[in-house]
Amino acid sequence: MASSELDRGIKGLAGRAKRYSVFALARNASRYHQGWQQAWRHAEPKKSYDVIIIGGGGHGLATAYYLASVHGITNVAVIEKGWLGGGNTGRNTTIIRSNYLWDESAAIYEHAMQLWEGLSQDLNFNIMFSQRGVLTIAHSEHELKEMSRRVHAIRLNGIDSDILGPDEIKKFVPIINIDQTIRYPVMGGFLQKRGGTARHDAVAWGYARAADDLGVDIIQNCEVTGLRRRGRQIVGVETSKGFIGAKKVGCVTAGHSSVLADMAGLRLPIASRPLQALVSEPIKPILDTVIMSNAVHMYISQSDKGEMVLGAGVDKYNSYAQRGSWPVPEHMLAAAVELFPVLSRLRMLRHWGGIVDTCPDASPILSKTDIEGLYFNCGWGTGGFKATPGSGHVFADLIAHDAPNRIAAPYALKRFETGFLIDEHGAAGVAH
Amino acid sequence: MLLIDCPYCGPRDEAEFACGGEAHIARPLAENPISDAEFGSYLFLRHNPKGLFTERWVHSAGCRRWFNMVRDTLSHEIVEIYPMGSLPKSRRGKQAYADNWRRGTPAEAASKPQAKRGR
Repeated sequence: MASSELDRGIKGLAGRAKRYSVFALARNASRYHQGWQQAWRHAEPKKSYDVIIIGGGGHGLATAYYLASVHGITNVAVIEKGWLGGGNTGRNTTIIRSNYLWDESAAIYEHAMQLWEGLSQDLNFNIMFSQRGVLTIAHSEHELKEMSRRVHAIRLNGIDSDILGPDEIKKFVPIINIDQTIRYPVMGGFLQKRGGTARHDAVAWGYARAADDLGVDIIQNCEVTGLRRRGRQIVGVETSKGFIGAKKVGCVTAGHSSVLADMAGLRLPIASRPLQALVSEPIKPILDTVIMSNAVHMYISQSDKGEMVLGAGVDKYNSYAQRGSWPVPEHMLAAAVELFPVLSRLRMLRHWGGIVDTCPDASPILSKTDIEGLYFNCGWGTGGFKATPGSGHVFADLIAHDAPNRIAAPYALKRFETGFLIDEHGAAGVAH
Repeated sequence: MLLIDCPYCGPRDEAEFACGGEAHIARPLAENPISDAEFGSYLFLRHNPKGLFTERWVHSAGCRRWFNMVRDTLSHEIVEIYPMGSLPKSRRGKQAYADNWRRGTPAEAASKPQAKRGR
């Protein structure tokens, strides 16, 4: 086992950035808050770097941070076509859990969970990580049996998972309707107490600030238009700001992964689909956990601002439009109102979509490619946010060593040739 | 929300249809052996363009028949609808069909009976 598998890097900031603390807050408050430092530089691209990370979302920024803090590789640029964290990182419903079925999945999502548990301290940035629990509901005899199988598999991997009956669920979630005569009655559920939420934007900003602090250049509003090779070796990227040389290039562009892959003549098994989410008007606290439901295709939590945050399954056809169509939220809200009648008068304030890169086995791709120095991290589909620290940590390790570690190895692109798929379609509790 | 002009029923709401993903993926015949990687490209790898895309659709809540469509995955503009088993006729549809990396792959060549390959 490589030592970098457990190495979470430098704790707190090591470079030029001034640390955040209650003392810093008090000092700056007394100066009318005019002394705060810019959280990251707006870097212009150098002629070349040791590593270029394409994609300035959570996964890409985490990769750059761990390259610098774990592996000491600081001559790194993150290139983002829009504004950092403006893709799926800013559009998800912030759910974090590690209760997946297969051993390979347990390894990577639990690795992420353990990184989440110290992340605010590691980054000196409050990412508002809240382990309020994630409860997945079973609505039929079949789902109860399937749930039981999952819980045992999860616990055998040393990950917390508890089965609750309807009455226990009602105590845990007072607003839920446990009437057994509704269309999808609550027959039971399984709870990961260590699961919960984090503030998605803060994750991007925290990683960006910490990576910048270690010398990583973050280049926004710069679109990659080509991948330049010499023979079978990557030599750099063509961008809207010109050519930038690199010894190694890591692509972490989620829904745009196929667009990048096409630039290298690489083929992926990915379909890009819309994933929608919505938030309600803010109300007083009524829900202090996360509820997910398989059959009704819904997940819900309440943000610290008081908004109900709701999401569902993907739209059923490919799209890069960052919006979906109405039937998906309509079906989701019908089910949500039946399960939580108190929502029926709530006004929905904002609605949006991301572009999720879905894989045939609903598991990610962390892989070298046929081109030396070119690496891909994609295929997270609807479940990428929860993996953010683990994905970045493991991808940095892959890039640094030019070889996958124990956690990343099963996720190579080659599995679509050998047939060793890791089928996690049941994992999210909603359709992929 | 798409308004889809079913060739058999006329214009209907998107909610009446299901999407069958990428169109024109021909199965390699058993008589034409290809490598695992090439077969994997048929089974798993997909064209996923940001732009014009040839897809299959079925009118599940109506006539339940399949047809093909050329659609822009960024603007959602439906460029052409054409029968299952045929190829696009519009200029943009033909371009979308030709731009797919699957054209000319060993797996696609292997979908034709021995006598027809190479023509």
